[in-house]
Amino acid sequence: MASSIRVRATANGDITEVQTLIQHPMDTGLVKDSKGELIPAHFIQRLKFECNGKDVFVADWGTAVSKDPYVKFSFKGAKKGDELKISWTDNKGASDTTTAKIS
Amino acid sequence: MKARTSLLLGSLSAALVAFALTSPRVVAADKVDPVADAKTFQNFFFQKFADVKHEDFVNGPYSMNADMKRQWQEKEEFPPYEFALDAGKEMFATPFKNGKTYADCFPNGGIGIRQNYPYFDTGEGKVVTLELALNRCREANGEAPYSYVKDEMASLTAYMAFTSRGKPMDIKIPDDPRALEAFENGKRYFYTRRGQLNFSCASCHVQSPGERIRAEILAPALGILNAMPIYRSEWSGMGTISRRFVTCNSQTRAVPLEPQSDEYRDVEYFLSYVANGLPISGPGARP
Repeated sequence: MASSIRVRATANGDITEVQTLIQHPMDTGLVKDSKGELIPAHFIQRLKFECNGKDVFVADWGTAVSKDPYVKFSFKGAKKGDELKISWTDNKGASDTTTAKIS
Repeated sequence: MKARTSLLLGSLSAALVAFALTSPRVVAADKVDPVADAKTFQNFFFQKFADVKHEDFVNGPYSMNADMKRQWQEKEEFPPYEFALDAGKEMFATPFKNGKTYADCFPNGGIGIRQNYPYFDTGEGKVVTLELALNRCREANGEAPYSYVKDEMASLTAYMAFTSRGKPMDIKIPDDPRALEAFENGKRYFYTRRGQLNFSCASCHVQSPGERIRAEILAPALGILNAMPIYRSEWSGMGTISRRFVTCNSQTRAVPLEPQSDEYRDVEYFLSYVANGLPISGPGARP
């Protein structure tokens, strides 16, 4: 199983642009399945990007984020070749983490 | 009332006279001529949207609207169908319980052949679509068939489309009355109004491509299947050709047919044939 996180980080001068796609159902707990049973809530609670030992982007999420979330942001203070570490944990205690080289 | 009737009769007879006066070049409508149909169909779109590049029609609404196109190009750098594509690649390579794989069911191991589907099977006397062929492959190898509308089927077709990207659609109509009948049937289905809104497929996708339908931009019928399967933001997931037909029917408040019913297979045959020569661009992304 490939990682649930796709990431692309490109440095352009002092600014690094990060694009991420995360595979996650992000169930709100309000939707019923075909049998009419509620699908229990299942969502990412914390998403973290670290670079050179510093948190550069931390998100506390609830159920209001869509399935397979896409995140794009920029930050300063990294250069080509630095490593970016991305991790998420969800409300069921599942988590995933991956690293990407800034290109 | 009387005056109205006579008026109506008057205009009717005038119309009949006009009809009689039209040039004898009118081809009898009972002859099935796919080549001429495809040419007419393509020219209609090429003329209506003179500034759209021919190979761009397969990008659906993005060929019609500059603003949407820009957003889509940005999205394509990081496409939403990527997960499905990877899953499909993995599934395609995973052997069945009996050790065989999908590659054993298809010419050229299933790689780069999507542009040849659907084809007319002369043995069966019916149109065989890629989705159908995939499920038949599974059943022949003792596996349960997949749902036609999403998930696994979309992943598999996404991978197969991806290996054919850029290849021109290449649908053959063999010299067989049943094949011509299937083509004609598909055409009839496409142009027949149905459902509570009394829409045909053509009402939206021939008459109004590029127009807004609420917040959406309608895609042109030309090349509409070249981008399948698609990730639709509206579905927040993938959908197959079957799914597209079913939702189109239900959105016009008609009763959808069973996926892979004869009519759907025929309409897929018709729509693919008239898009001959346009590149495969699947898997696609749509709003």
